[in-house]
Order: sequence, then structure tokens, then C-alpha cells
Amino acid sequence: MIVADKKPIEEIIECLKDHKNILVLGCNECVTVCEAGGKKEVGVLASALRMNARKEGKEVKIDELTLERQCDREYLDEIRDSIDQYDAVVSLACGVGVQFTAEQYHDKPIYPGVNTTFLGATEERGVWTERCQACGQCILATTGGICPVARCAKRLFNGPCGGSTTGKCEINAEVDCAWQLIVDRLKALERLDDYEKLCPLKDWSTDRAGGPRKVVREDVKQ
Amino acid sequence: MTTKTPSKLEKILRDGHLAVTSECGPPRGSNIDHIVKKGELIKDHVDAINITDNQTSMTRLCSLAACIRLKLMGLEPVLQMVTRDRNRIALQSDILGAASFDINNILCLSGDHQSFGDCSQGQNVHDIDSIQLIQAVRHMRDEGKFLGGDELEGKPEMFVGAAANPFADPFEIRVPRLAKKIAAGVEFIQTQCIYNLDKFEEWMKGVRERGLHEKCFILAGLTPMKSVGMAKYMQKRVPGMDVPEEVIKRLQGVEKGKQADEGIKMCIESIQRLKECEGVAGFHVMAIEWEEKVPEIVEAAGLYPRPNGN
Ligand code: SF4
Repeated sequence: MIVADKKPIEEIIECLKDHKNILVLGCNECVTVCEAGGKKEVGVLASALRMNARKEGKEVKIDELTLERQCDREYLDEIRDSIDQYDAVVSLACGVGVQFTAEQYHDKPIYPGVNTTFLGATEERGVWTERCQACGQCILATTGGICPVARCAKRLFNGPCGGSTTGKCEINAEVDCAWQLIVDRLKALERLDDYEKLCPLKDWSTDRAGGPRKVVREDVKQ
Repeated sequence: MTTKTPSKLEKILRDGHLAVTSECGPPRGSNIDHIVKKGELIKDHVDAINITDNQTSMTRLCSLAACIRLKLMGLEPVLQMVTRDRNRIALQSDILGAASFDINNILCLSGDHQSFGDCSQGQNVHDIDSIQLIQAVRHMRDEGKFLGGDELEGKPEMFVGAAANPFADPFEIRVPRLAKKIAAGVEFIQTQCIYNLDKFEEWMKGVRERGLHEKCFILAGLTPMKSVGMAKYMQKRVPGMDVPEEVIKRLQGVEKGKQADEGIKMCIESIQRLKECEGVAGFHVMAIEWEEKVPEIVEAAGLYPRPNGN
């Protein structure tokens, strides 16, 4: 899923300081699972904003709503009739949702309410870690199912570097060394010999390097 | 023995001499006097001098410019190049620039992570990795082509090296990793600083079992300890560094004013022991900001005078 983290409330308050009618808009997908932008967090942020307005003696109307998804026009249409009541929206969706909402409501300021961080998984409640950088050309088949692009701090294709220490990365003893994980996994798969296969230069044109990406699927297009 | 490049380092190694290399870090500013002085200080005692490339990610004068300076002084530089800061366009371009000044040695590295340096908020590149950089230089030199396939007008005649750290984890792939670098085309290796000689010899045993010492020249890396403080710092803070307790104890055993001498003595003893280790083709003496000690170490270790390399 897309993992997001809370934005400091001061930053959100600063964005909203000139607005009087605000919609806090959550999303029921990834950001709900990672507890950053679902219905619950919408409620918490809206209350904090109301309290702040009271403290500052301002008259501000703050509404709450959580859509099924903000990365889908169909769901974004649900606010078409009510959007005119607001002079600003704080979207607690990922960066995709913020932008898609802004595209639908062109003359409305849509502010991000979270920091979109990575594609990852839930380790345990309250802990999420990165797994994928969406490079557009998956090499997991050759690396024992562990991604060096997303999980090695130097994205080495032929690692590990000389800084790998007792399973941890040189940048931080809290971070697993991706190449230690790869070696362990190749061993478990009885494929350690594959370690010596040279990984060719990567074609980054399917990555961010190639410019904004697009997937067109003729087979599913209508 | 025939050489593949005009590198003096290659010639000395192929002639069967134990080679001696050292390294200097460029200044943190545009004043190059410092590196000129360092070069002068050690030039008669070493065969080649590595110039580091923004080591530990602290921004410095570029390795290429410092290498050119040494070359113009008639010395033999080894251009260190990390893949952290340059994509494949910049790497190839700098390789050609270096070759145009007859810089004939390159050391291919991935580089320390930028979080250790003075630009920890900077982006890193890592378009290719150090092993792929070895392949890239060999491709340019041997095929006479760019990575993109176009013909080069003039090939970079470079003797291609890389680092190896026998002490990093996982230990079991440290020999296979060397094999991988050799498969990529590496011709010489400079190792991480060796303090745990037993472990190094164990690694070398694995290297010999696969005949890898006959496929590339392995230069054992050594850094003299200046003090107990430095030894402890290396032990605790430098990733991938193996400083056994005995080293610290031995330094603690002498009074403070004598620790540096003891460190030099230990370094010389290590060289003497490793001279007997089959497959060690030379020594890379990295006296960090202590270059003036290199001549003394080289002489005391019986590695002086140096062959002329012609
Ligand atoms: S320690 Fe491991 S994860 Fe960290 S940069 Fe080196 S190879 Fe990559």
C-alpha cells in the first residue's frame, strides 16, 4: 500500500490561516490502513483545527468527510454538489488523491494533510516499512524476492557494500542490510550460487528517470 | 610480462614486485598546495597514489583535478571514483577526461552514504554500482565503445581496480564477491584496513582455494593507528571495520606519547606478516592525514627502494 505519515499540525494551520469554510477530506484506502488519513484521522484533525480556531478567536466552519477513494473520479464526484460551500479542502489522501481532487475542482485550493512516504507494508501496528519504489521493471525474481532498489541505501545491484555489519546497513543500525536479507534468502532457496551472477546495468527509463509514467492497457480499455 | 595499459602500477605488479600504494584526500577548498606537498612527501616511497573521491561524503576538491595535478608533477595517480554522485553519463565523461591526461589507474567504488557527510540532505545517484563501473571501464577500454554503443575516439587506457572488504558481513559471500568483481573485469584490489590479520588470512585462504589471487592483484590495506582513541573510534563507529580488542589493548599498554609509535610499529609488523601470505601482491598504506609517516613505514617494512616501473 501507499504509506503516509501525519503532517505537523502547525504546517496545516499555516496553509489554512486565511480560510473560513474548510472541508477535511479523508480516504478510505491506504491512508486508512496506515492510520494517517482515514475517517478517524479526519475527525482528529478537524477537532484540532476547530480548537485552534476557537483559541485564536476566529469563526471557522470545518466539515468532515471521508470518500471511498480519492484516486477515482467516480468517488470524487460525490462532493461536486457540496464543494462550493468551502473555500479550501485539506485532503488526507496520499499525494495522488490530493492531486486528483485538485484536478476535479480546479478553482478550489486543495492542501495536503499528510506526507506521502513510500510503498510499504505494516510490520506491526504503528510501524510501516518500505518495500517498493515502483521502478517499473521488477527484478525481484533474481534477488530472492527482496528489492535492492527500495531497500539498499545505495540501491546496489551487486551488493553488499563494505559497510554491511551484523545484518545491518551502514547508514543506521536500525535498518536491515538488504543484501544480507538477499543472501539469507538465496541460501534458504538453495540458490546461493546465483549470488555470483552479474546483474546488468538497469534500464531506468521505466523509473522516474524516464519522466512521468503512464500505463495504457488496450486489453482493458473501453 | 605484457601489460594492457601504460600504467606504471600495472607494470610493477606484472613484473612480480610487491607494489606499494598510498592515498591522499584532496583539500576542502580550492587551495591545492596541500596535495602537492603530500605527493612530494611520499613520491619516492610509493608506486602510485590514490586520490579519494569525496570520502565519507565530505565535499572536497574533485579527485580528477587532484589526479591531474599529481600527473603533471610526474607522479602516478589512481583516480578513485564513486557511483554515489555521478550517473553513467558523468562517469564515462570523467573517465575520458582523466584518460586525456594519461591517468592510467582507476578505483571503482560505490562510495560512503551521503548521510555521513556535510550534505546529508542531498540526493544520491547510484545509477550503476561499483561492479557495473568496473564493467563500464573495461568495456570502454577493451571494446573502445561507450556504454551506449557508439565508438570512442580514443580509448581510456586504464588499469582497473576496486576495493574489497574481507571484514564486512556476510562473511561467507566475501570471497564470492571478489569473484564477482573479477568476473566484471577488475585487475587489482585494494582491501579495507586490516587489523584482524587472522580473519584476513582466512579470507585469503578462500581466495586461493578458488585461484582468485591469480586473476587479480590483491593489495593489502593498512592504516597505522595514531592513538587508542582512533582505534576505539574505528572499532565502534566505522561500518565494516574490524578492530580486535588486542589492538586496543596493545596501544593502551604504552604511555600516551608513545601510542603513535606503537601504531606505526604494529603497521610494519602487519606488513611483514602479510608479505608471507600467498596471494598478497602489495600494500596499500593509508596513513590518514599522516602521510609523512609513509616513507618510514615503507622503509622499515623492507619495501624500499621502489622499482622504477619502466
Ligand atoms: S549496508 Fe547493505 S543495505 Fe546498506 S548500503 Fe550497504 S549493501 Fe546497501
